[in-house]
Amino acid sequence: MLGFIESLLAAPTVAPALLIGSLVAVTSGVVGVFVVLRGQSFAGHALGDIGTTGAAAAYLGGLPALYGFVGVGVLGGLAIEGLGERARERDVATGIVLSLMLGVGALLLYFMTQRTNATGGPVAILFGSIFTVDPSIMLPVALFSLLALLLLAFLYRPLVFASVSPQAAQAKGVPLQGVGLLFMLALAIAVEESALVAGALLSTALLIGPAASAVRWTRQIGAAAALSALLGLLAVSVGIALAYQSYFWPPGHRGWPVSFFIVLLVLTEYLLARLLPARAARRVLPRREEAA
Amino acid sequence: MGLWQTLFPSGLFTASFMQNAWLAGTAVAALSALVGFFVVLRGATFVAHAVPRASFAGAAGAVLAGGDTVLGLAIFSALSALGMAALGTRRDQGQTTALVLMAALGLGSLFLALGGAYAPEVYALLFGQIVGIGRMDVYAILGLLLLALAATALLYRPLLWSSVAPDVAEAKGVPRRRMEILFLLLVALAATAAVPIVGALLSFSLMVGPAAAAAYFGRSPGQALGIAVLIGILSIWLSLVFAYDTGLPVGFFVAAVTAVFYGLGRLWAHLWQIERGRGQVPV
Repeated sequence: MLGFIESLLAAPTVAPALLIGSLVAVTSGVVGVFVVLRGQSFAGHALGDIGTTGAAAAYLGGLPALYGFVGVGVLGGLAIEGLGERARERDVATGIVLSLMLGVGALLLYFMTQRTNATGGPVAILFGSIFTVDPSIMLPVALFSLLALLLLAFLYRPLVFASVSPQAAQAKGVPLQGVGLLFMLALAIAVEESALVAGALLSTALLIGPAASAVRWTRQIGAAAALSALLGLLAVSVGIALAYQSYFWPPGHRGWPVSFFIVLLVLTEYLLARLLPARAARRVLPRREEAA
Repeated sequence: MGLWQTLFPSGLFTASFMQNAWLAGTAVAALSALVGFFVVLRGATFVAHAVPRASFAGAAGAVLAGGDTVLGLAIFSALSALGMAALGTRRDQGQTTALVLMAALGLGSLFLALGGAYAPEVYALLFGQIVGIGRMDVYAILGLLLLALAATALLYRPLLWSSVAPDVAEAKGVPRRRMEILFLLLVALAATAAVPIVGALLSFSLMVGPAAAAAYFGRSPGQALGIAVLIGILSIWLSLVFAYDTGLPVGFFVAAVTAVFYGLGRLWAHLWQIERGRGQVPV
């Protein structure tokens, strides 16, 4: 076992993948708790796809993908928040923004295939791989993570209040719109950096999965955020180790995709959380799913 | 005449693949708008995005197993719809939708990696292609449209009530869960028909855009449903013309045109001071 871990860490692609994967998992895990609490899973998922369009635009314009992801992701988040001011319209507004951006993405990816005469570029952007991460994005990703977490720390009290009981928060003078917009900013940053590092698929899995599991085990928001970050870390590191190991599995030395393992682990955590709910969980959070 | 011929070159209506595209596109647009009407009523946009997207994994699996891709699409869209029904409750639909989608996409990435699927094939499934539609596909889509029409015609009122006011519907004896499952299966049906043509990413535009726009124009649910179908058909027609003229992917035009209709709807509502949803309360 120790030998395996040693050989794992010695592999040149594994240590950077573990490092950046952990960074992304922790940020997504913490932000995800608020996403689940506020019922914004759709927006969280949509931002990953929206950022992908930005990345395609950046690729065509010769800019670094990171700025495409984050720039367009933040704009998309603001559009979703701005168009969906009233609760009834939020769902559809998110859908329309997502639909339009997917359409533009289709166009841009088409141009990419025309230009390069290969679909490798688009597929890399759509599916991403943590093993091919460029080490030079480590620092900007770390800074963006820090920014997102600082925003959350700054927003913590009004955000919890506005998320748990918006009417009461409004009555007490919490600026719901401002809090919503700032949270959307943190969400967009968290989602886009993980979409860049691991692909849009994993960005949703890491945002929603660990958080949805954590809030079933503890009802205290701080503890849920910590647990969610931990569950995300666990899924990412075990997933990377399994993907590394899978080069020796059938059908021959191609390796199984790391996203498959991470998703599998995240889902296992969630199913465990549903099957083994914590009896002694303190009910600080309202039980959303049982309130209906 | 120059502009006319640029917009409507001779092959647009006469090429046999375009004739199939017109027929299949119209049927798919009508089917998607019909199902999309209930999607918008139920606030289930995420489901309408996730089911076609999840079905993509089924097609990748079919490529790996050497089977029929449409069968793979059908199986995975139905399975993901049932998975959402089994795991989700109305309140936390978003979370479980996301997780079911992730499960399917995780499998999809495995199938793609193991199968080493030929990239253009994958690209066509993600973004759709109108060139490859055969006459048999047209008949299959028409069959699916008839099936969906029959189901909604038979269960229109309970489905409407359970979408708008689930509590009232339940009190009136409409089984909520069965309606939920029926609704999800309708979405799966629309996805299966639409994905081969407009692609896994943009079949969602045809479901959500026309119905979301129609919610602003219609004065009653029936009217909103009719307007949604009209906008859907008009959108696919415009998109087919533009795609044929320019050679660009049809999915882009579908997304752009439906978004324009939605924008017009919001503008209309703003000008006439209409609250969205006026056409949505059944009387």
